[in-house]
Amino acid sequence: MTAGPPTTIEDVEARLRERKYIGDRGLATSIFLALKLEKPLFIEGEAGVGKTEAAKVMADVLGARLIRLQCYEGIDLAHAVYEWNYPRQLLHIRLMGEGEDRRVAEREIFSAEFLLRRPLLDAIDNDDPNPPVLLIDEIDRSDEEFEAFLLELLSDFQVSIPEIGTIKAKRAPFVVITSNRTREVHDALKRRCLYHWIDYPDLEKEVEIVRARAPEAAAGLAREVAGLVQGLRSMDLYKVPGVAETLDWARSLAALGATRIDSSLVNATLGSALKYQEDLERVREQVPALVEKARGA
Amino acid sequence: MPEGPDLLPRLGAFARLLHDAGLEAGPRRLTDATRALGFIDLKQQIDFRNALRSVFVSRKEDLPTFEAAFDIFWAPPDPRAAAGVMAGRSRALPMSPERAKAWANALGLSSSQMNREQEPTAVPVSSSGYSAEELLRHKDFEQMTWQETEQVRRLLEQAPWRMAERKTRRLRAARAGRIDLRRSARHAIRSSGELMRLFHRRPRIRRRPLVLICDVSGSMERYSRLLMIFSHAIARREDVEAFVFSTRLTRITRLLRYRDLDRCLESVSKGVHDFSGGTRIGDALADFNRHWARRVLGHGAVVIIVSDGWDRGDPARLTAELIHLRRSAHRLIWLNPLLGSEGYQPLTRGMAAALPHVDDFLAAHNLKALEDLGRLLAGLGTRAGSN
Repeated sequence: MTAGPPTTIEDVEARLRERKYIGDRGLATSIFLALKLEKPLFIEGEAGVGKTEAAKVMADVLGARLIRLQCYEGIDLAHAVYEWNYPRQLLHIRLMGEGEDRRVAEREIFSAEFLLRRPLLDAIDNDDPNPPVLLIDEIDRSDEEFEAFLLELLSDFQVSIPEIGTIKAKRAPFVVITSNRTREVHDALKRRCLYHWIDYPDLEKEVEIVRARAPEAAAGLAREVAGLVQGLRSMDLYKVPGVAETLDWARSLAALGATRIDSSLVNATLGSALKYQEDLERVREQVPALVEKARGA
Repeated sequence: MPEGPDLLPRLGAFARLLHDAGLEAGPRRLTDATRALGFIDLKQQIDFRNALRSVFVSRKEDLPTFEAAFDIFWAPPDPRAAAGVMAGRSRALPMSPERAKAWANALGLSSSQMNREQEPTAVPVSSSGYSAEELLRHKDFEQMTWQETEQVRRLLEQAPWRMAERKTRRLRAARAGRIDLRRSARHAIRSSGELMRLFHRRPRIRRRPLVLICDVSGSMERYSRLLMIFSHAIARREDVEAFVFSTRLTRITRLLRYRDLDRCLESVSKGVHDFSGGTRIGDALADFNRHWARRVLGHGAVVIIVSDGWDRGDPARLTAELIHLRRSAHRLIWLNPLLGSEGYQPLTRGMAAALPHVDDFLAAHNLKALEDLGRLLAGLGTRAGSN
């Protein structure tokens, strides 16, 4: 495998493919430009189209460490940047003799040794040979306060800790932000980033993905499952299956020893692809037609 | 693709075109675009397009507009036009009808080419039980004069739309509540490790997001203007999402952000292509449930549907979609302007199908009714089993 940062779009494409990530040329272009322009990459798409995976594979491509921050409602600096290890600090102070100087003690307990480093500090304060890949996953789950903080962090890549001082990144991490669009992320943050929308793949690409990621599924099966999912995506459903579901489904069927699909197999495993009861009911009636179409695909 | 000295001014012109179409294409993005083009092979049209897209677009909704703008702007010149053969003749736009539509929408062009479903406005005559002497507050919107509408507008804008609140997961300092270990320990360290005082924190309280889904079909025509005024009055807040529908659903949240009401109304009537068309509530809600619910119903949202329930669609579909919607919303409120008229009974097919599946069914025919709604919103308790 090639070392060093990619030099062309083709290079990015080839390296993603080597790692079994089948993306389109648009994604490769966005990644390439984000590296060259040293800007964060903002990836949006429906659930299960491979947003997080793209960041993971990129870390491998760059020979870099992956640092992941999973966002959730209420995430704050203590969970994202740093926290003092209070129990240890208290213990340290209690164990100290009476005579010792309190000021010295305070300096001691507010040093790096007592600092709990969270992902963002980790990404900024790194000594890695290759700058790490910082994945800020599902930013739409966090709230506006956190977004505002990120905006600041991404503009100068530094963190200030009152007791220690300002820590600035020697080499800025490669930042990948993902969102499922459960809410609109603020424009100011998006403006700092290059943007890429990952769409559902077409049939040929999805077959390729299944072949690469679920090699246990035979060629014929891979094509038929991809065909089925393509059929489901054109139906009127509350939640259409993503690529992750296609892979789950192909693996389930392969585990059952299937090499082709038929109505009873599909009925038995439909839960791999559909997550809503209403959707399951709606699709069940049409399984024979879907199977027939997928087998002809 | 153009190269060399020709490229930069053209790129600037392209950015202006995108800007006119409603995309954010300021100097910063233009700079990024210029830098980006330095890293790619300009002879590869697909890379050229991909590069500009990743710089200028930052929202899925803007993708079709971008593609259309790119097609128009960077299309190779028609050789016949260049030879002077077909001077002045317009040629077919080099884009798919879908993109052409997005483009027309972005520029606010007329919708004459769109198929509109017309429906005779068969509505029962609703006689308001109030005479002209009664207070403005009790007057049916339907019968108001222009001046009265203006008065209502002012009253609505002044009304403090207080929303129901919910606990968030973000904590803040408080006098009582959970123990704040961080602050308590900090304090203890200063007093030689003795826990002298406990600090507390409790969840921060936030307003619930509000989602408005308004019927602007033919039968609601007389209420449409006031509905828009109502939406405008409450939608200026960040956490309100607004949609209108008659035959299809249109999101108008961004259009309502204009401070000036007239400008806002103008942009809404430009942006919505099926004002006063037929009604398919079930289809509109289906569209909402599939494409918007996951995006706008987070954090315990309250959903308000405003419609008279005159539905030409399938009642079974309406029922199914309402059941689904109610499950994903904190509270589902149906406002019906006809409910205020004397002797009105919710007997229309649509209304009868909807009634069992909403949390509240309220009138919306006069200012007093809207004030009642305001009180309900402010005092919303929690429904069992929801957050």
